[in-house]
Order: sequence, then structure tokens, then C-alpha cells
Amino acid sequence: MSEHEYVPKSKAGKWFNDRLPLLTLGAHLTDYPTPKNLNYWWTFGGILTFCLITQIVTGIVLAMHYVAHADLAFASVEHIMRDVNYGWLIRYIHSNGASMFFLAVYIHIFRSLFYGSYKSPREVIWIIGLMIYLLMMAAAFMGYVLPWGQMSFWGATVITNLFSAIPLVGDSITTWLWGAYSVDNPTLNRFFSLHYLIPFLILGLVVLHIWALHVPGNNNPVGIDIKKPSKDTVPFHPYITIKDAFALLVFMIVFAGFVFFTPNVLGHSDNYIPANPLVTPAHIVPEWYLLPFYAILRSVPDKLGGVILMFGAIFILFVLPWLDTSKVRSAVFRPIYRQFYWIFVLDVLMLGYVGAMPAEGIYLVLARAGTIYYFAHFIIVMPVVGLLEKTDPVPLSISDPVLTGGAEPSLARKVNDKV
Amino acid sequence: MSKEEKKVNRRDFLFTASYTIGAVGVGAVIWPMIDQMNPDKAQQALATTEVDISTIEPGKSITVLWRGKPIFIKKRTSEEIAEARAVKLDDLPDPQKDEDRVKDGKDEWLVMLGVCTHLGCVPLKDKGDFNGWFCPCHGSHYDVSGRIRKGPAPTNMEIPKFEFVDSNTIKIG
Repeated sequence: MSEHEYVPKSKAGKWFNDRLPLLTLGAHLTDYPTPKNLNYWWTFGGILTFCLITQIVTGIVLAMHYVAHADLAFASVEHIMRDVNYGWLIRYIHSNGASMFFLAVYIHIFRSLFYGSYKSPREVIWIIGLMIYLLMMAAAFMGYVLPWGQMSFWGATVITNLFSAIPLVGDSITTWLWGAYSVDNPTLNRFFSLHYLIPFLILGLVVLHIWALHVPGNNNPVGIDIKKPSKDTVPFHPYITIKDAFALLVFMIVFAGFVFFTPNVLGHSDNYIPANPLVTPAHIVPEWYLLPFYAILRSVPDKLGGVILMFGAIFILFVLPWLDTSKVRSAVFRPIYRQFYWIFVLDVLMLGYVGAMPAEGIYLVLARAGTIYYFAHFIIVMPVVGLLEKTDPVPLSISDPVLTGGAEPSLARKVNDKV
Repeated sequence: MSKEEKKVNRRDFLFTASYTIGAVGVGAVIWPMIDQMNPDKAQQALATTEVDISTIEPGKSITVLWRGKPIFIKKRTSEEIAEARAVKLDDLPDPQKDEDRVKDGKDEWLVMLGVCTHLGCVPLKDKGDFNGWFCPCHGSHYDVSGRIRKGPAPTNMEIPKFEFVDSNTIKIG
């Protein structure tokens, strides 16, 4: 792992390390050479680790008070809110924590898209990350079902019915998922079981994600390969730990702002109505972080087609490293792609907005246009721009532009141009 | 040489036999793990429901719960029946005659699963462009026979298995 062989100072440390090299691992993580130009967009990996641990800890505590039964679940959540000591705090941290988790993961993903972190040799990191993202969505969806309110029940009904679009076996699969002939107590029970399982699967994948990261090392804002260790790198501790810690503090301020001042703003008030299988709420919406995909689902006037496109919108990300034909990683040096990148960001935000609106009139038109652009961005823009674009000159090292007078990566181009 | 060949063959056989038995064993263990998620005996026991329909006025409907799902029972007026039967089959995304959706001689009684065939929401009655039901979730319109006319739902609302026990009672399931 480390370049140099680590030897513990104490005799006991050496004895233990010879049998289980945990201290070597610790030394590797401490000394891990990190590009010295990482900006604050790179702090979200640490923030996401914090989010996962927060969800696991608050979740385990909530499970001590929650009852996974269709007749009791709603009341047990209210019991947590009113009777359990600090129950309101723990539940609000858990429910807002899910939103904060997704906020951080979206920033993390879009950072990767901008700086080309998904490209060779980091494809496996990217794919493991997407698997984590898929599991996060599954965990969040099942968690949203547990309070057994109206949105829980009907959200579960709509999402599980997506599988009924599968030809021939669709209905059997849906019944199998439900364990009943509709969303009912068996469904709630198994969702609770799986909701408890998934975070630990995520934890395992996070270990693989970081392991895979430590093989090639971090990408960086300039997007070039660097020698490690060299004048282009700093040790992870204390340089990156302190920067991550500061970013985490700022993030926690935002997090606490939601928890203490507007704990319900990201939820839906209908979920404070107990589940009723006879009445569908007038306007069903998923949680905000699933809205773009919901908009894609509704933009297609065909059931199976909508479901395929919705899942396709996620699965196309898995082949992104091979759709992007550009040899330059960072969008800093890609003047054309950079513009399409921001169009794509706006497109996803717009899809999220129309996903929350009724599927009619102008919203339907926007959803369709947004869906077409979403796929065009990956299938057309990524391969074609990568081939045709004339990229700006890329510096030879991170230190290069700094030592020759330009502190900003964007200035590096001008410096390089003169050379 | 021949002795050695024989040895290899014997080992190949053992490998193949072990893998085969192993695969059967794994399958035998996995199947119960999968099948336990299917509806249990208690769920299957809820398979039939009897409903008293004597109090329903013409043009009105009631909703009852069957297997956790709503069932719409509507007593249709003769105008509504005529309207349902006047529709040309070519105008229907999922062509089906109104006659095939009701019991012979009980044309006024429409008994159907009140579940939108798109993603499972409960459609609202007396709404939509076709005088029937309208699903608020994703905008599917159904006519007075519960047939899909417009929107993302692929098929007509399902007719469950049911029978008239007597003129005032139906048994669903």
C-alpha cells in the first residue's frame, strides 16, 4: 500500500502489526499523497461518510422505538415524536439526514462529471459509486414508506407498480414484492428489514469505493496525472483532514438549520395523514431527490416506455466512462464541453422542478424536452464533443502554473500559451 | 499413462458430480428464501368478500376493500349503459365490449378493481373527459365502463372474479 514500508515504533505495536497490519493501513491513510490543489468540491467524500454514519446511528436508535406493523407504525412514529426522550431530534436528524445525504451525493456526482473523475483509470470507482447511489435510492424509498402515512403508502404503491410494467412476469413480481395483493402489512415488514440492511451494504461498498480510489489516487481540478508523492502532493493528514473538517462544519450548519428551523420543509404534509388504501392523495410526489427521474417517467405516454426510460436514465451513467471520448479530464480545459455541462445541470434542475408539478400542459412539454436532452447529452454530446472539441493546453504539473505566476488553473492556459 | 488418464477422469467425474449436487442443494435452499416473500396463507385466506348491494341507488357507486384493494361497485343508469355501448371499439386503446365487462342480464352492475392499471392509484369517480373515472396520479381517463380512453394506463380497469349470490349480494373472489 504505502511506498515505504511502515514499522511501528513500540514493541507491542510491532507484535500486533505483524499479525494484523492495521497500523500499516492507518499509516497509509495518514500519509496518502493527495493532490495539493483539491478545492472544496472535493470535500464531499468526507461529508458523505459523515452522512452515512449519522443515518446508521440515528436509524439504529429509531429502530429501538419504531414498530413495523401496518396498524402501529404511524402511531409509533408519533410516539417517537412526542414521548421518546429527544425522539423528535433523532427522527428529524434521520429524515433530514436523508435529504442532506442526497444533496451531498449530487454535488459529489456533479463534481465528478465536471472534472472527469469517472474517466480512465477511475471507472471502477465511478461504477461502485453508482451502485452506492442506487442503494441509497432504495434505502430512501423504503425509509419513506416506514411512517405509513398517505405518501408512504401511495409512494410505495406507485413505485412497486413500476415492476408490473415488465411483460409476462410483471404482476407476479409485484405480488412477490408486496407479499400480499396490494401494499400491505407484509410489505411494510420487509421494507423495514431491507431498510435496516441496505446501509450496511452501502458501508461495504464505501470501503471498496475508497480502496479503488487509493489505487490510482485522487483526480484533481486540473485533471492531469501526477507523480506521487511529489511536489504536487500533500499528505492526507493533516492537510486534507483539516480542510474536510472545515467543510463538514459548514455542511453541519446547513444540516442543523433544516433540523432545527424547518424540519418538515423537505417532506410532504400528506404523510402526517395515516395510510388509507381507499383514497389516493390528489397529488403524489416523491421526495425531492427523486423528482428528475419521476419527471422522466411521466414524460412518456406509455407505461413500459416510461419505466424503461426512467431506469435507463440511471443505468446510462454506468457506461459514461466509455461514452466520453475526450482525452482531457477536467472541463477547465474543455471550452465546448464546459457549456454543455452547465446546460445539463440546468436540464436536471428543470426536470426536478417539472417532476413536482402536475403532468399536464407546459410542464409535460418541458418534461419531454428535458428528457430528450438528458439522453442526448450522454448519447450524442459526450461522444461527439469529445472527438471534435479543440481543448485548451493542459499544464504539465500542478505546480507548473503556480510557480510561473498563475494561481488559478484557468490562468495556467495563458501561461502555457506563451511558452 | 493409461492409469494416469483414468485418475483424471475419475476426478473430473467427482468434480462434475459435486458441482451438480451443490447446485441442486443451493437451489433447494434459495427457493424457500424467495418463495417466503410471496403472499402467505393469511393473505390468501382473505380471498373472498361478500357485499350487500341492495342500498345502492341507480347512478351511484360504492367502494369496498378486497385483498387490500378497492373494488368499485356501480349501479349504472340505462343512459350510462347506452353510452358505454355506443362507443366504437376502434376508439378504445384496449378494445373490449361493455357486454363483456358485466354479467349477462345484470347489465347495470359494473364491478371492477378500482385500481388504475398504470401505477396502482385509485381513480376518482365522475371525473375525466369520458364521464367515468380519472386517475389523479398521472392523468388516465376511463369511461363509464371503466375502459381506458386517454393517458398512460395500458389496459382497462380489471374485472375481478365475482358472482351474484342472490339479487342483493355479490361475492367477490
